[in-house]
Amino acid sequence: MTTRKPRIGVFKFASCDGCQLTVLDCEDELLDLAERVDIAYFLEAIRRPLEGEFDIALVEGSVYTPEQEEYIRDIRQRSRFLITLGACAAQGGIQALRNFTPPDEYPRVVYALPQYIESLAKSRPASDYVPVDLALQGCPINKQQLLRVLVQMLLGSKPRVPNHALCLDCKRQNIVCVLVAQGKPCMGPITTTGCGVLCPSYDRPCYSCFGPAYQPNPSSLTRRFAHLGFAPHEIQRLLHGYYSQAPEFREEGQRYARS
Amino acid sequence: MPDPNSDRSSRIDTPPHQGDSPERIIRVSTLARVEGEGALTIRLCNDRVEEVQLRIFEAPRYFEAFLRGRHMQEVPDLTARICGICPVAYQMSSCHALEQLAGIEVSGPLRELRRLLYCGEWIESHTLHIYLLHAPDFLGYESALAMAQDRPEYAALVRNGLQLKKAGNAIISLLGGRAIHPINVRVGGFYHVPSKKELKQLGEELKGAHDLARQTVRWAASLDFPAFEHDYEFVALRHQAEYPMNEGRLVSSRGLNIAMGEFPKHFEEYQVPYSNAYQCRRKNGGAYYVGPLARWNLNFDRVPASIRQVADETGITWPCRNPYVSIIARSLEVLYAVEEAIRIITTYEMPDSPAMPYQPCAGQGAWITEAPRGILYHGYETDASGIIRQASIIPPTSQNQLQMEGDLLRIAPQLVNLSEQEAALRAEKVIRNYDPCISCATHFLKLRVERR
Repeated sequence: MTTRKPRIGVFKFASCDGCQLTVLDCEDELLDLAERVDIAYFLEAIRRPLEGEFDIALVEGSVYTPEQEEYIRDIRQRSRFLITLGACAAQGGIQALRNFTPPDEYPRVVYALPQYIESLAKSRPASDYVPVDLALQGCPINKQQLLRVLVQMLLGSKPRVPNHALCLDCKRQNIVCVLVAQGKPCMGPITTTGCGVLCPSYDRPCYSCFGPAYQPNPSSLTRRFAHLGFAPHEIQRLLHGYYSQAPEFREEGQRYARS
Repeated sequence: MPDPNSDRSSRIDTPPHQGDSPERIIRVSTLARVEGEGALTIRLCNDRVEEVQLRIFEAPRYFEAFLRGRHMQEVPDLTARICGICPVAYQMSSCHALEQLAGIEVSGPLRELRRLLYCGEWIESHTLHIYLLHAPDFLGYESALAMAQDRPEYAALVRNGLQLKKAGNAIISLLGGRAIHPINVRVGGFYHVPSKKELKQLGEELKGAHDLARQTVRWAASLDFPAFEHDYEFVALRHQAEYPMNEGRLVSSRGLNIAMGEFPKHFEEYQVPYSNAYQCRRKNGGAYYVGPLARWNLNFDRVPASIRQVADETGITWPCRNPYVSIIARSLEVLYAVEEAIRIITTYEMPDSPAMPYQPCAGQGAWITEAPRGILYHGYETDASGIIRQASIIPPTSQNQLQMEGDLLRIAPQLVNLSEQEAALRAEKVIRNYDPCISCATHFLKLRVERR
């Protein structure tokens, strides 16, 4: 039995910092966690150089600059188990909306001198570059899910994250269906569980900030939206949001973009 | 200059040996304990400051571009994603700008709930900075975790800080659904409003936070501050009766006093040639200072007398022009936000409806609210069906950027005789005084300033 504490690194790519902030939002657990693991690299919280290898790498953000293409490969080489945090690292995030546009369009809108701006034409997930061992979904990730995965790993078991549809959780919690009862365009039937059924419990339809569930059926749901009177461009925007590059959402959204 | 990404560490170095070159470079390849990614370089020649660079290599995410074509109703959810630390600020500036565009004004309990939500964010974001990002600079550690592991009294200090931060997050979680990227904010108000009972429970939790907030001010006041003052132009909102959050006129310590919609007439964003950067300045050319110290200096007469007394007990003479003292201004704002939250909870009456109705329409709207780090400007233009045609967002960190460089220039002569490590640390501390949020400032990539 080794008593060495596992070395953990937290790494940032193109992102809002919200998923790594989730680590610091573990107000009750943070100091205990820091006793059990060696948080060896976490630039947002620790002034320490990047050195050595990691047992667990937590990767936030999408790959969006040429430097980041090298950086993700470097981290993979240094790490035994690589976990991506959130929508950006898993599918390119909200900034991947640019992937639908010509490469020079967005820089021209935002910058007076776009020729000096260096970003890749597309916002890409880590998995486009390196093997990923586990992806935590969400924009942002759920704190409890993160802690559970870390605890599972500390106990030596294989971490698992449920991926059934959010819809099921609503039924379990006896929340009146916002789609059936109120005719609101809820993405819950095709969105993965993880948020804790936030939107329906606050009287609003799910807008899928956790991305597709296991084996979703988007076309069946969008047909329902169309029957309820939602216009094609409204349906397209629902699919092309925080997980626009997830294949199931991308293709279904493009079908409505063309119609 | 080597690419900072090639060595992602907080370190300094000298250039490869160049014989008897008088040039010396102080470089921090990657700034630690800030939100987002930046680097800084100070170039000295014969012990004179040749150049100061605050370089942001955070990837741009083009929010203003992809907001075009989205519906106004989606905007508060989308702009929240600019920043995981201050999403509420983005939601508040978005909502107010779009409500102005739609010709509605949110008042009564809904207005109060928004203020309560903002209190939650100020508490959460300020406490994060005070304890986890800034405290290690004053106490000489690499992180708050290292502080806690080193000495039991620091462990207690950090635990207190985390409890206070948790209270801020509890407010956001109740009103917003979750602490990061709340789901309950919409143009016109909320999707769902809490009952009196739910808020009362939250009020109980905040009582402990009040003690912690007072302790925080006293602790912050006990720190040693370098003598470093400058005649800044402080800029903040000012409300006729309240400490400013969502409303007020825009004022400065040099006599500016304008309606917030006049912002573009008095301030400008500009890209420095050969530099790829957006910065902000007064149209008369000057740098200005936004954030807790500016807000407090311009508005400390707007807090209850009990808090003014706590501020006086710190021994600082207000207004204060030392940016290191921003940690006290931040803790005073936390104390105010906790008291204000308790006041709102105590007087809350549930509104008839969670939101005011509005008709999507063609128009223009612009608004400023006070994000934790300072004024945050949003301007929008829509078509007749409420689709965004144009968006303009100016975050506080890009407004403070010129000021941060100014401070680096002012401190640089003191760095000349220090060891490389010590010089780099000193320069970093200057930046961390501002609590910069580089993730927010998506459109000031790669700043490079040369002053020769």
